[in-house]
Parts: sequence; C-alpha cells; structure tokens
Amino acid sequence: MYGGGYIFDKPLQDHKDDDDPVKLAEFEARIDRGEKVEPHDWMPFEYRRQLIRLIEQHAHSEIIGALPEGTWITRAPGFRRKLALAAKVQDEVGHAQLLYNAAETLGKSREEMINDLISGKSKYSNVFNYPAKTWADTAVIAWLIDAGAIVNQVTNSKGSYAPYCRALERICQEESFHLKYGYDAVVHLATGTPAQREVLQDALNRWWPPIMHFFGPPDNASVHGEKLMRWKVKMASNDDMRQQFLNMYVPKIWELELTLPDPNLRKNPETRRWEYTEPDWDEFKRVINGDGPCNKERLAVRRTAEERGKWVREALLRPETQYSVPLS
Amino acid sequence: MTASNEALKSLLYATADDLLILGHRNSEWTGLGPLLEEDIAFSSMAQDQMGQSLALYEILQRDLGERDPDTIAFLRPESEYRCCHFVEYPIGSYAFSLMRHFLFDQASYLRFAALAESSFKPLAFVSRKLLGEIKYHIMHGNTWMAQLSRGGEESHARMQSALNEAFPMALGIFEKLEHEEELVDAGVYAGSAQLRDLWLQHIEPALAHGGLALPELNAQEAGTAFFGGRKGFHSEHLGSLIEEMGAVLRSDPSADW
Ligand SMILES: [Fe+2]
Ligand SMILES: [Fe+2]
Ligand SMILES: [Fe+2]
Repeated sequence: MYGGGYIFDKPLQDHKDDDDPVKLAEFEARIDRGEKVEPHDWMPFEYRRQLIRLIEQHAHSEIIGALPEGTWITRAPGFRRKLALAAKVQDEVGHAQLLYNAAETLGKSREEMINDLISGKSKYSNVFNYPAKTWADTAVIAWLIDAGAIVNQVTNSKGSYAPYCRALERICQEESFHLKYGYDAVVHLATGTPAQREVLQDALNRWWPPIMHFFGPPDNASVHGEKLMRWKVKMASNDDMRQQFLNMYVPKIWELELTLPDPNLRKNPETRRWEYTEPDWDEFKRVINGDGPCNKERLAVRRTAEERGKWVREALLRPETQYSVPLS
Repeated sequence: MTASNEALKSLLYATADDLLILGHRNSEWTGLGPLLEEDIAFSSMAQDQMGQSLALYEILQRDLGERDPDTIAFLRPESEYRCCHFVEYPIGSYAFSLMRHFLFDQASYLRFAALAESSFKPLAFVSRKLLGEIKYHIMHGNTWMAQLSRGGEESHARMQSALNEAFPMALGIFEKLEHEEELVDAGVYAGSAQLRDLWLQHIEPALAHGGLALPELNAQEAGTAFFGGRKGFHSEHLGSLIEEMGAVLRSDPSADW
C-alpha cells in the first residue's frame, strides 16, 4: 500500500537555471503531447530529483507498511485470513522491490535509499506511524488505507515517468485484491457479534484522523507545485484525491451502519464536494517529523533488519558466490 | 491389515503440526529479511507450509472425524500438538532460519515422497500434490545455502555455526511416532529411522558442496535431546506461539471472522 501526502523537496536555488533551455522546451513539449519519459531520455535536473524523492518515499511506505500488518499474520483468525494477510503483506514487500527498481533507473541505488530511510532523512507515509492494535485495525488498514493508496496510485500511474507508471499499473492490480480482502474482513466484523462491531467502530474512530491526513495537507498553489503538475510528476492536488476517496468510501462506511468521528462530515449537495473538519495538521507535521506513536519503533525495526542482514548482502557480492549452480 | 484411526491421526498431526508451526515461524520474517527478495521467499514458504498443513487437517476432518481445521489447528491445548521441537524455536538469526529451512524441507520432501506411496489413499493423493511445491523450497534452500557457505569467511562461519546449532534439533523430526509400528506394518508410513537415514544421504552432499561439516554430537544430542514433540512434550517456545496463533479466534470462538 502507499500513503500519499508526498513531501516534495524545496527547489534548490543554485540549480534553478542549469537546464539547457532548448532541451527543457523540447522536454516540456513531449510531456504536453502525453509522451512518457524513459530512463535514458534527457530530463531536467529538478524532474529527476523530485521523482527520486517521490518514488523512494513510495517504496519506503511499502516496506514500512509491511510492519504493522506483518505482526498480525501469526495472530490472524483462522487459515483463510492468515493466508490472505500473509499474501497481502508479501505483495507490499514486492511493491517496495518494484519501486526501488523504478527509482534506481533515475540513478540512486537501493542501498542509498534504504540508508536515507533508516537515518530518517527520507520519509514514508505517515499512517504507518500509528499502531495496529487489534485485528479490526488490520481490517480497516487493508480496506481503507489500501483504498486511499489505490486512489493515489491510479492517479500517479498517469504521470510522465514510464518506469514508475509501469510499476504502478502492476501494483494497482494487486492493491485491488487487498481492498477486496480488507472489505470482506470489515464486513465480517460489521455484521458479526456486538463485540466485533465494537472493536471495528473503535478501530475506525482511531484510524479516521490518519486517513484524513493520508493525502497530505491542502496544497496552496505554489510556483513549485505548478511546475511539478506541468511535468506530470504530481498529478492531482491533495484535496482532489481526498475528495475522490471520501466520495467513494464514506457512503460504503455508512452503509455498514458505522459512524465516523466527524460531525461535520457531509456531502454538500450544491457543490457536490465533501465538507469535513480539517484534521489536525500540526499533529501531521509533528508525526512526519518523527514524533508519532510508532516512528522510533518502525525505524528501529528497519535499522535492526538492515544491520542483521548486512553479512548476507555482503556474501552475495563476493565473486565466488556469483556463479554457483543450484544443486537441484 | 489396515492402520487404526488412532495411528493415522498420530501421523497426520505430527506432519501437519510441523508445517503449521514452521509456517508461522517463517512468516515472522515478513518485513525483516536481510533483503527484500528473501522476505518474499520466506513469505512464500510460510504460505505454502500453512496451506500444506491445512490440506492435512482437512483429511483429519473429512476422513478421520476430527473437528474443523481452524479449531484443530489453533484451539488445541499444547499437549495435543505433535510437532517436533525444531520447528518451535524462534526464527533466531537468518543463518539459523535458512539452515532450518534447508534441513526441514529436505526432510519434508522425503516424508511426502514416502507418503505418496502410502496405503492410506487420501494422504497419498495429497502428498503427491504437495511434492511439486516443496521442490521449489528445496531449490531455494540449496541455492542459498551454497551461496552463503561459499560467500567468504564470515558467511561460511555463520552457516557452519547455524548447522552446529540446528543439526541436533533437526534429528527431532525423526522421533518415533506414536503407533509407529502399526503404521509401518500397514504400509502407511515408511518409518522415522528409515527416513532419517535417507535424509542424511540427501543433505550430506549439499552440505559438503558448501564446505560444511556435520557437527560431532555427544550421546545426548545424538539421542533424544530434542525429542518429546511427537508425544506432546514441547519446548518452552511452543506455548506462546499457540497463544498468539489462536488469540483472536479464542476471543470469540463462535464468531465468524
Ligand atoms: Fe498497502
Ligand atoms: Fe496493498
Ligand atoms: Fe502496496
């Protein structure tokens, strides 16, 4: 899965005018014609830099996102759920792999990206800094966070960088299975015993603010943002994606006779836009900057895994391991 | 003669419980592997193993009158599990988990290859189906074992010490089953000692290829140090895993999840 609310880098002042204006004009004309950019094509410095940032964050989100759900595989109730959850989380790790590969085509190695993740330099989706406390949390995550990811990823798959688009198309197919699985798990809880409904409602109440945060703060039209939109790096405003999500999923949530913890949430019949209480954006900033309930734990787990696996990666790099023939 | 239901159950529970528990252990690598590719590989094996155990619990239900798979897999008391200690141990280091995977899957393949000829038809049928899956596990285990044992001094030393630790534990796979004589006489099962000897023949060339040597065992390690599982006596690690596997189900066994 992936959570949006990308944090784009601030433009680098010293690189602003480095790009050859003729090539830049050609590049922009290609994008306007709807052409896709391949790794060996010329691209503006800033385009490359922001894409690396975007794809890298997405990849980190997949691998960090595997942690809260992963701990529920052993606890999942019964074979059907266990197998489905294990397969889902495995897909998420596979998404990380596809995305790191896509980002590598832009010139940053997987190792560098992972180093930036564990040093805290590079971000990942904020939602994964919240704990999955109960089984119902995992159902809510698999349904609604993956649903948010789909909104985000389908939008991004229409972007201009071909390797990222190709990765996203494959990812979106798998995400739609995750969403079906999540919805099925939610429906079982919603239509189950009073205790099941209760844990589900509680999980939904806790996850609603992070879900509202998911698409990122309202973007005020900066020059910077406009350029990313023109280059088809950023494909929709955060608010537009949030509206799309609300429009698709709030009715489904209400249909299950569940409530959402926002008394102002409603669709305005005249504007046909959803109205809601702005989530606490200060909290969003606090959490993204490292002060959420699980940030430290998530990074510590990732860092430990990297350290403990270092000898394996090193052994694989040695020439004598390169040509060994599998025995069977 | 045909084997009694009691004897068949002993065999099926031992085989299924091994896979169920190791499948859960292998799933614990999700998100923590030394590289993403290995996360994915261990997750595949975990899913296969859980699926294989399910196929055996289904035989227990359908042909031997036991309760439904979710109930017997997750809600039995610890003393009714028949898995060996080897599969119960925590994942430990990647070297240990990889070595366990190599040693266990070799045994698992030979066990199902023998069971594919079993006179108990439902088991023979399922065993033939599972062999194809396990072949991939063997390939994965052999490849990684060879690469890491030949991946330089440090890596080789880690693999050798993982073998030293895992090998005596792995002998617990071949602890005699309850009602084993009856199963052997009825042509249901080849017998644990015979499987062990066959297994030793299979693992030795693969280990030698990686320059790894089987450790010298003291009498206790070579004997029954890691035995007990087939009779319901388990290591200290099983109880908490059973607790965990069934926690949500147990919170309301009548509920539909
Ligand atoms: Fe996801
Ligand atoms: Fe997903
Ligand atoms: Fe994903």
